[in-house]
Amino acid sequence: MPARVAVLGGGVGGTLVANLLDKALGREARVSVIDPTGMHHYQPGYLYVALGQANGRWLVRDERSLLRRDVDLIIDRAIRIHPEAGTVQLERGASVEWDYLVIATGARLMHDRIPGLVEGAFGFYSLEDAQRLREELRRFRGGRILVGIGGIPYKCPPAPVEFVFMLEEYLRKCGVRDRSSVTLLSPLNRAFTIESASKVIQPILEQRGIELTTFFNVEQVDPSAHTVTSIEGEKAEYDLLVLVPPHQGQSVVTDSDLGDPGGWLPTDRLTLQVKDRERMFAMGDGTDLPISKSGSTAHFEAPVVASRIASLVRGGAPKTNYGGRVMCFLETGNRKATALRFDYEHPPTPPKPSTIWHAAKWMFNRVYWETVPQGRIPEAPRRRRGGNR
Amino acid sequence: MTTLNITRQIDARGMPCPGPLMSLIGAIREGQVGDVIEVLSSDTGSRTDIPAWLAKAGHELVEVAEEDGFTRFVVRKAR
Repeated sequence: MPARVAVLGGGVGGTLVANLLDKALGREARVSVIDPTGMHHYQPGYLYVALGQANGRWLVRDERSLLRRDVDLIIDRAIRIHPEAGTVQLERGASVEWDYLVIATGARLMHDRIPGLVEGAFGFYSLEDAQRLREELRRFRGGRILVGIGGIPYKCPPAPVEFVFMLEEYLRKCGVRDRSSVTLLSPLNRAFTIESASKVIQPILEQRGIELTTFFNVEQVDPSAHTVTSIEGEKAEYDLLVLVPPHQGQSVVTDSDLGDPGGWLPTDRLTLQVKDRERMFAMGDGTDLPISKSGSTAHFEAPVVASRIASLVRGGAPKTNYGGRVMCFLETGNRKATALRFDYEHPPTPPKPSTIWHAAKWMFNRVYWETVPQGRIPEAPRRRRGGNR
Repeated sequence: MTTLNITRQIDARGMPCPGPLMSLIGAIREGQVGDVIEVLSSDTGSRTDIPAWLAKAGHELVEVAEEDGFTRFVVRKAR
């Protein structure tokens, strides 16, 4: 009887791990992906939609079209995991039995956790938010733009920084830059979570006339007064406010009593097993790992999870570990970008922004659909210098 | 060693930057005025980040102590 593998979530991690498992195990396993929508979003593209550089249509595909033929797709919402019974309960009443479970459910956006955010702020962390922001930017004729972060951790840490760089360029092209100010509100005492990357980013902010307010942790938004206040006691006025909403783990995790207070899954940093759960694995944005919540992380985690499950199914000892590897592009505007390559042991040493990295990011955006979910993309180049593996 | 009543302890040992600071900010966000929060951090960046944030946010750094492999911060929510 084939091993039953259930994968919760049809994002980049869930899709890739399902395809890799099916490819590796063939008839030795029956792999099912359980996803509430059955639609796969390429989330890095939201940024381009918000700034009018891309249409939302190329960001969404039918999950079925990305899965290998023998992988089952169940379009339903997982509402409760029963680890001892080895089952997942689904919203419409069905129950799925599993021998191995992969939880790749991602993060939830909690817009209503900050009072006034829904009424007073725009965003680009969902397709709908990005489309709304695009319309607002089309109407924008100058003023104070504030870009802030509703809480750490949040997905794709470079995105707010990329957004301010690209926004500054956008305002220049629209001829309203001289009537506008752009301010990045950072929750930390620097522009970016990783200090070595901040050292590259902050001089560019200065060159581009983008202001940086540090230690600004958003507490509430007053939509009628057009102000945002921080828990540090500062108040800032805006004409346009763009906020990354607070993030939390998925309700299936908290409702199953598996998560920490934020709903993140306690996960072994090397094996990616859910702690104290031998047959359950976690990957992507939903883990509690001290690493970026990003598609890139899930991309590098998926082969590890697939390899370990394949070994267990065949009765062997899993050997592959995750070293915390992440590789992200960071757009700096003006058709330039840099890259952040790092792992648990080695912080990034971003190269000088160049058109080459910008072209590489665009190339990646274009080839994503035919490569990443299927495991066809060769591994990103490792750093030769600076200690990164 | 302080004799204050600790309202909440955050054991952030092993957590990389900015985890300890963000955990403290989360506790301040959720807490009441007068709460005393103890943070244990092995991240060396916390030694500058936590006092700098407290100074800006207007909360009291009651105590800092270097322990074996980590730093212990005791903080009072002041407003």
